[in-house]
Amino acid sequence: MATSGVKLLGAKQSPFVTRVMMALEMKSIDYELVVMNPHLKPELLSKTNPVHKKIPVLIHGERAICESLIIVQYIDDAWTNGPSILPPHPYDRATARFWAAFVDDKLVPLLGQLREAEGEEAKELVIKKLSEAFMRLEEAFINCSKGKAFFGGDSVGYLDIALGSFVGLIRVVEMMNETKLLDETKTSRLAGWAERLYSDSLVKDVLMDPQLLLVQLQKFLATMPKAASE
Amino acid sequence: MAEDLKLMRTWSSPYALRVVHALKIKGLEYETVLEDMTKKSASLLEYNPVHKKVPVLLHNGRPVCESLVILEYIDDVWKQPPLLPQDPNEKAMARFWANFGDDKVMPLTWRVFTSEGKDQEEAIGPMMENLKFLEEQLKGKSFFGGEAIGYTDIAFGWMGNLISILEEIIDLKLVDEEKFPLLSVWINKFSDDPVIKECWPPRDKMVEKFKVIRERYLKQAP
Repeated sequence: MATSGVKLLGAKQSPFVTRVMMALEMKSIDYELVVMNPHLKPELLSKTNPVHKKIPVLIHGERAICESLIIVQYIDDAWTNGPSILPPHPYDRATARFWAAFVDDKLVPLLGQLREAEGEEAKELVIKKLSEAFMRLEEAFINCSKGKAFFGGDSVGYLDIALGSFVGLIRVVEMMNETKLLDETKTSRLAGWAERLYSDSLVKDVLMDPQLLLVQLQKFLATMPKAASE
Repeated sequence: MAEDLKLMRTWSSPYALRVVHALKIKGLEYETVLEDMTKKSASLLEYNPVHKKVPVLLHNGRPVCESLVILEYIDDVWKQPPLLPQDPNEKAMARFWANFGDDKVMPLTWRVFTSEGKDQEEAIGPMMENLKFLEEQLKGKSFFGGEAIGYTDIAFGWMGNLISILEEIIDLKLVDEEKFPLLSVWINKFSDDPVIKECWPPRDKMVEKFKVIRERYLKQAP
């Protein structure tokens, strides 16, 4: 399949964009990253994603596909050569989708809440909820990996992408709040998984170094209106 | 071949109804386990420890949770008739609009329903803006899925019975036939479809239930 005409609108600092890059890398798809800051309201973004006006947007020929997990599934559906991203068995697929939805519906909003929280007490409350969420994900890892290296088994899969894209940001949040969320004592399997992810040949090139991400995110967040969420 | 299928649901949950509709379309038989959300059963807590909610589909004793995840699972296991399109781009669009319904349309409709006065007036604008996207999607089609009910139609199925119920309670047109002709037709077509029709919970019970919900919200409002 011709891989020319694949463009990704986004920014490397965004974990949602990272998801798409991980999927594209896994399938060895050539693409052009068109750097875009959604908060500066570029016209191309309004045209390709009129509903949400957010990144990432994948442009494949004439088509524009939005929403990171939908794009990842699209990549898996449209490029059938290369490794599969979703697991082969329907029940495992449902499990991966369930936990990916958990990341988006529970974990990500908590990360946003932590940024917005004012005062030590408010922060502690959110950190407690985040710890609980990570405990759940630790259990999910044990169930999904079945003793192997990744949620997807021997190699990176859908849930590794859904959560792995956020590891950089999670490390940034840990640094900024002087706390440990993904740590060797409480979530030892996840901590090991995160290390392996950052060494994995398929995806390591698109996972941002947390120190670098911290600096770049601070610049990016400075352009963001206070009430907006990402 | 009988499948070992159980659906944990409440009598009124629109999310559970999605699964009811999907199972009906696929012609699958299953056992219903009615739950009371005020007194959650030990089984529900065991099978959905993360969210403790309905619906939960049990297939050969293994739980699948979250209604849209369940829809995809059902479509994965029982292929005919298909709920999701085969074409990757159309499949992505079907998923996109279903998510849009849950992320935007449902919460905005809820905000209009659970508010009054100025709060309600302010909530109506955003809701209408988002309904326009849906109207656009129905151009040249009978259903979101094309000529037959599909994944996105089922995802929006809550509009099939709930919109008119909410409209009756707040005495306000949410989906006006003049502003949203295609969406209005879709609501009627979907809710009158023979497969869908027999699954609706009793309307009078729904009106009663949602009246109570609205009153509770209005009491709590600052």
